[in-house]
Amino acid sequence: MTRDIAVVAFAQTDVLRTTDELSEVEMLMPVLHSVLDRTGLKTADIGFTCSGSSDYLAGRAFSFTLALDGVGAWPPISESHVEMDGAWALYEAWTKLLTGDADTALVYSYGKSSPGSLRDVLTRQLDPYYVAPLWPDSVALAALQAQALIDAGDTDESALAAIGVRSRRVATLNSRAQLRGSLPQGDYVVRPLRTGDCPPVGDGAAAVILAAGARARELCSRPAWIRGIDHRIEAHALGVRDLTDSPSTRLAAERAGAFERPVDTAELHAPFSSQEVVLRKALRLDDSVRVNLSGGALAANPMMAAGLVRVGEAAARIHRGESDRALAHATSGPCLQQNLVAVLEGEPR
Amino acid sequence: MSKEPVAVVGIGQTKHVAARRDVSIAGLVREAALRALEDAELTWADIDAVVIGKAPDFFEGVMMPELYLADALGAVGKPMLRVHTAGSVGGSTALVAANLVAARVHGTVLTLAFEKQSESNAMWGLSLPIPFQQPLLAGAGGFFAPHVRAYMRRSGAPDTVGSLVAYKDRRNALKNPYAHLHEHDITLEKVQASPMLWDPIRYSETCPSSDGACAMILTDRAGAARAPRPPAWMLGGAMRSEPTLFAGKDAVSPRAGQDCAADVYRQAGVTDPRRDIDAVEMYVPFSWYEPMWLENLGFADEGEGWKLTEAGVTELDGDLPVNMSGGVLSTNPIGASGMIRFAEAALQVRGQAGEHQVERAGKVLGHAYGGGSQFFSMWLVGARPPES
Repeated sequence: MTRDIAVVAFAQTDVLRTTDELSEVEMLMPVLHSVLDRTGLKTADIGFTCSGSSDYLAGRAFSFTLALDGVGAWPPISESHVEMDGAWALYEAWTKLLTGDADTALVYSYGKSSPGSLRDVLTRQLDPYYVAPLWPDSVALAALQAQALIDAGDTDESALAAIGVRSRRVATLNSRAQLRGSLPQGDYVVRPLRTGDCPPVGDGAAAVILAAGARARELCSRPAWIRGIDHRIEAHALGVRDLTDSPSTRLAAERAGAFERPVDTAELHAPFSSQEVVLRKALRLDDSVRVNLSGGALAANPMMAAGLVRVGEAAARIHRGESDRALAHATSGPCLQQNLVAVLEGEPR
Repeated sequence: MSKEPVAVVGIGQTKHVAARRDVSIAGLVREAALRALEDAELTWADIDAVVIGKAPDFFEGVMMPELYLADALGAVGKPMLRVHTAGSVGGSTALVAANLVAARVHGTVLTLAFEKQSESNAMWGLSLPIPFQQPLLAGAGGFFAPHVRAYMRRSGAPDTVGSLVAYKDRRNALKNPYAHLHEHDITLEKVQASPMLWDPIRYSETCPSSDGACAMILTDRAGAARAPRPPAWMLGGAMRSEPTLFAGKDAVSPRAGQDCAADVYRQAGVTDPRRDIDAVEMYVPFSWYEPMWLENLGFADEGEGWKLTEAGVTELDGDLPVNMSGGVLSTNPIGASGMIRFAEAALQVRGQAGEHQVERAGKVLGHAYGGGSQFFSMWLVGARPPES
């Protein structure tokens, strides 16, 4: 017998181009307080805590240990950390709640891209012997994917531009987003991608609280029940992948039960406009589904938190009664290498 | 609600050495994974998910290396999680993998931890820039030496105890073909005559820098029934964390370590660890941590741990053997060191530990810690499945 687990609270920072005046911990603290306040829980009430972050963004080893000080882990807490986007921390917390060892979980993640050059930093994710020494940057790799899509007839530059325009227009309703309102298609960054096709570089943090069964109902008037969650990874080398497709997203969605019934809302972690094309196809999303009403990653893409934000945004819509069945997606690695899909549902009203 | 029992049915390690210049990082991890699969008589197709751990990415200079390692670990098309909890990570990684089985999310999981320290310099990887750390506080030894001093002062332990631990662990390592340091001419006098690095920690009382990987195959009850060799059963497992530095922190015997052990003992029905547990693979990167952790883990009263060490209780043929494999003092691929403790505990209860096997190894504790003595992960494994 499995347990029902729900997202019961979500909080995030404004995503900003630079936060020089704040340490990572200072950026995170208000979000932790906010998400706990929403449920009335205190750190000591939480059964399990899990976080996601990257040392490489902070530029120092063990950066997450300092964030733990901000959580206030005293008396000692049951806690873990993934060096991944917070969406995967949420996955780890979900499995922990499934075992019955805990009834509530705090999940948080954060990233500051501003101290370095993100395009350079992300090259350090690549095969360290054969690829990373060439420093191919994240926009160049995404441009390869975009060109492959155009060559395959799946999209064209004006269709891509429309995705960027729509994302920033709906982001006007999201006060947390970094880029809002109209934005010109812009100059080429790496052909065929223009500024409007690329995500802003920004700093931000997010946090979510999960709870099981009756505890979720106590903490939230309309919990966002996790009906399924799964994640899959693909090969690293771009040469052995079909960049116009995302089989890992499709498989994760299938395992998460996304195709069993239609969703009304989808929050996709597509940092580049071209990646939304790939994801919509893999997830079989037609025009009846409201996609990225938050503005998505084209309006705000805080590294290590952007995936968790997708889950949080989808859940918050269910909390507010604006969605009954929502899909949330997170990605990691170059050209959508690793993908997570969660299906969230609110109870019938 | 009941959890699925978790069994260890495959274990693989690399021969740990200072520098594996013959393989890439991918080659190193694949070697350990293939040995674990061979031990379990399984193939890549039998693995449902991969959980990988290592200490900071800065040690090799690869950001989120699980992305690059997906192909080498047969993870393509599968879920792959990457755990990072500082020095305790090897243990935490195994526990995250175990939870996937316990929660019945997956039936059979490959878990692996590694460090290829030769690709970088851990000493400086561990030396945080000012203002995050005091000037001149280079490496882990400088951080932990004052805590050892505090232990000696509080317990009244004679200053010979540290060298006894190092002498024992280095001799044990001679019986472990995978251990990094094989010092065939080791003597107690040599340990005591070695240079002082961070007073009171001498050169021979510190861990080496190793390249190495450790892998385990974890599976459910059905998987265990198919296993060709005796499985080790997880009887309890827990993680605990506390802040790095705060007023009132006991760096000698952190409460997170005590609470973590208490949780594991509660799950396993252990009421008297000294009597109920047969041996321990303990995370001892500096020799004095053996008596310190003996107290923290409840094997000795406060201030009494060093007496067990001095009386030979923790020797391979003692009443409570500690670090039969040679421990972290003989082998330290940092990110893998915690998982090696967990895996060596499992090897003991499976009766597969070879020359460093102890008799009557019915229940063995695997222990790891990390950060500023703030992250703890432990599991207790047994030769028989948990009573449900």
